[in-house]
Amino acid sequence: MTGFQTLLSRLGAATALLAFASGLFGGSTDMAVVGGSLLLLLAGVRHFTGILPHVGIDLGAGLVGMAVLFLVLDSGMGADFWWLLVASWLFSWLAVERGMMSLTNSPVLSNTLLLAVPVFFGMWIIFVWQMLAVGLDIPMVLLPSPAQIAVRFMASTAVLWADFQQTFLKSALIGYLLGCGSAFILAIIIDRVPFLQRGLLPVGNFVSALPVIGIAPIMVMWFGFDWQSKAAVVVVMTFFPMLVNTVAGLQASQAMERDLLRTYASSYFQLLVKLRLPTAAPFIFNALKINSTLALIGAIVAEFFGTPIVGLGFRISTEVGRMNLDMVWAEIVVAALAGSISYGLLSLLEKQVTFWHPSNRRNHS
Amino acid sequence: MNAAVARVFPIAAVVAAIMIVWYGFTVYLNAPWQIEKYEKAGIEWQMEDLVRDTMALDRPILPAPHQIVSEIWQTTVEKKITSKRSLIYHGGITLSSTLLGFLMGTVLGIGLAVSIVENRAMDKSLMPWIITSQTIPILAIAPMIIVVLNSIGLTGLLPKAMISTYLSFFPVVVGMVKGLRSPDPMHIDLMRTYKATRMQLFWKLRLPTSVPYLFASMKVAIAISLVGAIVGELPTGAIAGLGARLLAGSYYGQTIQIWSALISAACMAAVLISIVGLVSHITLKRMGLQQ
Repeated sequence: MTGFQTLLSRLGAATALLAFASGLFGGSTDMAVVGGSLLLLLAGVRHFTGILPHVGIDLGAGLVGMAVLFLVLDSGMGADFWWLLVASWLFSWLAVERGMMSLTNSPVLSNTLLLAVPVFFGMWIIFVWQMLAVGLDIPMVLLPSPAQIAVRFMASTAVLWADFQQTFLKSALIGYLLGCGSAFILAIIIDRVPFLQRGLLPVGNFVSALPVIGIAPIMVMWFGFDWQSKAAVVVVMTFFPMLVNTVAGLQASQAMERDLLRTYASSYFQLLVKLRLPTAAPFIFNALKINSTLALIGAIVAEFFGTPIVGLGFRISTEVGRMNLDMVWAEIVVAALAGSISYGLLSLLEKQVTFWHPSNRRNHS
Repeated sequence: MNAAVARVFPIAAVVAAIMIVWYGFTVYLNAPWQIEKYEKAGIEWQMEDLVRDTMALDRPILPAPHQIVSEIWQTTVEKKITSKRSLIYHGGITLSSTLLGFLMGTVLGIGLAVSIVENRAMDKSLMPWIITSQTIPILAIAPMIIVVLNSIGLTGLLPKAMISTYLSFFPVVVGMVKGLRSPDPMHIDLMRTYKATRMQLFWKLRLPTSVPYLFASMKVAIAISLVGAIVGELPTGAIAGLGARLLAGSYYGQTIQIWSALISAACMAAVLISIVGLVSHITLKRMGLQQ
């Protein structure tokens, strides 16, 4: 084990000991906590002696701690409970840290591990959130627990779906397609006219750094309360990043490659489709990915300035007013899922289209 | 000299074209309303009257650029800074939360990047979630965060700055991770032959190599902090800040006020980015990283 891992195991053992002692002498929350911390203490002590060094035991210790905590969880937990939480977290970290060492052995194992580690980390965040929200008795008005949010999510899928349709499928998606599509076409036109290239690019670069979101009230005034005004905001927000990236991408092909195609007597159109657009693809996907989150933000924020009585932004602002924070968080979950899934789909598509790019090639060295 | 002209001329031409189109739209969009007004009053009108009057409306659908400029002039130079109607007062409030958020975001971003580069477990578990964190439309829930933070006693600058922090740490993390990993393997090997410790490798090689990446990320980060600060001001009951001016303008149909707040925000973004750019230029020059 490395020095850092030894440190983690010592700290884990020490906090488990604290949990055990405070449970035994300071009036325990539950006997299960005392039992659990004893187990973790044993798992920590074994690193001093060097018996059973297998990493699975560290992971097991972390999971046992989580299970115990989850079972005894109630409002107003004692000190032993929190010490056990820290100890379980330290053991989980130790397990991940040591698991990383075994990465290079087999490709199948490594791939599962690379997927499992972030999932495990995410699980821990939600777990700690739940422990804090319930254990510290945080009022729902401030921060609802993940369980409350999940219950509310399940109970109001119809409303959430209607909001999703209004904000994502209508405002964001239509605006996104129009904005990216028109910017793409304009970029190809600009590319043919060097004068426009030199004039429009700095302006485009400038505009894409501006707080474009501020045009939301103007668009609501122009296009009314329904999704058209939101789509208009999204069009403006997504237009310039796409324009700038596409133009930069179209210039990315090398002179040698262009010359080669010219020696084949290729037309402008062939040159564009067979060489320049493929080389521009990484830039274009970069813009598409940036825009996927921008589109959702634009659509939701524009709803703060006036909307029909449906939509993610509308629901968030009204439910905050009614102190239904669990509903607000359910809407946030919808938005986060929509954002992450669109980003993930775009990344997958990018891998398919730009399989030749160095960043997507499997590194064999 | 010629090179400078060749560079500036196309930009100037494009900006001029935008202005012409803008004036055209001002007349076109405001005309129906103005014509209705003429007909109600029974005034005979010529084309030149229409052009003149559509550019001088109180609450136009689209204000003309000179109206916005004169509004900005009135609310900056001709008003006292302490006045609630002064744009400088509102801009100052937005600027302070932008800068605080940018500072916190940069520090947080550098800290995360260092831990990601130095620790493999951190890299594998944190990085995917940092990317996921940005797919959550934080700007959209910013008003809620402000309200919640207000209710636990955090008021004023800090809640808004936290929105900016959340937005601005991301480009810094991504840029710094890339930068800290960018040293040439040859240079790392050289350091190893000098028997450099991990700390020395970090301070003497990795950190200096990452500086250009850091500045590139900081330019993105400061622009996005400003957006965060403006959106963070939307729910504060329209008290102060450029975001509050936008919201108040939209409630009362004061289009000129909206546009002037928007243009001032744009100018502020431009100035902030150029300041970061300038600092970057000077630093890199002194470090010998830029010709």
